[in-house]
Amino acid sequence: MTAVDAAAGTGDMRYDRAREGATVLGIYVASIAVALLVAALVLWATGGSWTTVLSALLDGSLRRPGRWGDTIGEAIPLLLVALGTIVNSKAGLVNIGQEGQLFVGAALATYVATHIGISGPFVLLLMMLAGVVGGAVWAGIASVLRYQRRIPEVLTTLLLVFVAAQAVGYGLKNTDLLLDPTPDTGNRNLISDQLDTATRLPRVSWFGNEFPVSAFVALVLAILVALALAWTVVGFRLQMLGQGPRTAHRAGVSESRYGGLALVVSGAFCGLAGAFMFAGGDFGNYRLTPGFPVNIGWEGLLVALVARSHPLVAIPAAFVFAALRTGSGFLAATGVDRDITRVVQALLVLALLVPPAVLFVRDRRRALAAARDRV
Amino acid sequence: MVGDFFAAVGDVLSNEVTYSSGWRLAVALGFVAVGEWIAERAGTINVSVEGAMLGGAFAAGIGYDASGSVSVGLLVGAAVGLLVGAVQAHFSHNLTADQFVVGLTLNILVLGLASFLNSSLKPETATAHVFEVPGLVEIPLLGPALFGQPWPLYLLYPLVPLAWWLVYRTRWGLEVRAVGENPQAADVSSIDVNARRRQAVYIAGITSGLGGGYLLLGQVGWYEDSIVGGQGFIAIAAVIFGGWTLRGAMFGCLLFGSANSFRLSLPGVGHPLNSELLSSLPFVLTICVMALFAHRTREPQSLARPFIRGLR
Repeated sequence: MTAVDAAAGTGDMRYDRAREGATVLGIYVASIAVALLVAALVLWATGGSWTTVLSALLDGSLRRPGRWGDTIGEAIPLLLVALGTIVNSKAGLVNIGQEGQLFVGAALATYVATHIGISGPFVLLLMMLAGVVGGAVWAGIASVLRYQRRIPEVLTTLLLVFVAAQAVGYGLKNTDLLLDPTPDTGNRNLISDQLDTATRLPRVSWFGNEFPVSAFVALVLAILVALALAWTVVGFRLQMLGQGPRTAHRAGVSESRYGGLALVVSGAFCGLAGAFMFAGGDFGNYRLTPGFPVNIGWEGLLVALVARSHPLVAIPAAFVFAALRTGSGFLAATGVDRDITRVVQALLVLALLVPPAVLFVRDRRRALAAARDRV
Repeated sequence: MVGDFFAAVGDVLSNEVTYSSGWRLAVALGFVAVGEWIAERAGTINVSVEGAMLGGAFAAGIGYDASGSVSVGLLVGAAVGLLVGAVQAHFSHNLTADQFVVGLTLNILVLGLASFLNSSLKPETATAHVFEVPGLVEIPLLGPALFGQPWPLYLLYPLVPLAWWLVYRTRWGLEVRAVGENPQAADVSSIDVNARRRQAVYIAGITSGLGGGYLLLGQVGWYEDSIVGGQGFIAIAAVIFGGWTLRGAMFGCLLFGSANSFRLSLPGVGHPLNSELLSSLPFVLTICVMALFAHRTREPQSLARPFIRGLR
């Protein structure tokens, strides 16, 4: 971090480093404490007690039998979305359309699975591919508009979320697209055919906890993304583009090629997350519905922010966010509305935005002061 | 199919209700778009207007429930909108955190807070009374739409020229536009760039909160978590669609509001039409307009770029 570099230089370097580290840690701890305090205040103001809420959250996410398997199930798509987001933010691009890319990926995977006529592991692979393609195409639109027509990718990705929801909604009204064609199911409005049992992702069972095998895929992908960003030429060029577009230009890194690639890869991760959600069984009981993404896209973006664009840090961050989601199901018994977990999530993200910004401002002040002293 | 469409449009266009519902929906967007327009002229794409609108709507409900007065409700709504705007402004133009990230997080925070508080507070609300402007309301077709509405709607009528005057006819407005175009030049002319940007975001927060209050007390009448449902984003789209002019932004609101009222009233007159297409119209149209006319419309040159002295 730049804070450390700025402090090192004069005096006893090791002492300065230690003090600097303590300051950074202190700022992080203080802002998280403030966020949790605000959440506790909100609870207190409405007559809830934070100890019962915390214990309900822990029961729902970890302690009760079978719950941590569910938490892993929710963490998988969160992690995948976060990994994609990390790729584009390393390249200096802001993708905020994960929810839409995920939905399109899931819808395309559903389409393939329900229309191919056969079932089995081969179809499962095809579905993953369809998910990747769907997400990549949806992000690709933003990428083309960014590099052909110079429209900020932030706007197009955001606007395309709503278009995606409507497009999938349209598909769910037509039997030749996504709607369940069997006539004798009761309420068959806006719901897709159920995924064939042979095509579902196998589920692992550990100590009474079940989760789909996609968990291992997500973990491997997290390691691969970390390695690719740290050790490959493409990863290096992406980061160069993000940190110094001018330098990247001078060094011959094509902005449209690498920037476009980053966006498309980001969309592909979200699409894969959508396909895994559909085939994994933790979401929607193997059926696609209009509200299928259940905010996983938005929250995955938050996971990437909390992880500060480190792919490996995203793994525990995704697990914590998933625990808040699964834990919220157990809040009903305590009489506290489950939306408190959303408040906690958002407050945590806001709190974690503060320290780097504060350190940045402080370092700039120091650098300016140092420059002034030299004159 | 095409003939069907025109028959449907004909039926809807000869119906007075279409105009008044379209106008009401457009006004809700208009409140947000006025403030968002100022914020964008100052260089911020203020995504948190969605949250400010929702917070405003919920707070207006609480204010109305506690005091029994629509004006108090609207004031409380505007105050909460200002609060959301202030958080956005200080995070993005004091601490230089990414404005989109801050905005989206704030939206999630406000949505969570509002639905959490709603589960325990449950405000009792009603719509404000209809005020008919004498004389003007007699105009055929358009009269009831423009001048026979719940009174909070009329707040937008002075707000639009006021915003125009503020941005184009005052020193503050000139500075706001300068800050959005070339913050470095504004900075060396001793304009406090980030202060101007923060103030513009405050205004966007206030008008969005007011818009939320209007939505609750002038249009819907009861609070639900989906009351805003992306209208803040549609207002942002309207500002961009309008090419960052006030006239264009208001036209965008009118267009998107009418599209929405079409969607709602088409099934009523017995014409099934693709409602998904109409719902996604604001977003698709905005993307198309940006793609086709990007060279003709001129966005504020430092839109969405944070200003840090000494860094370009």
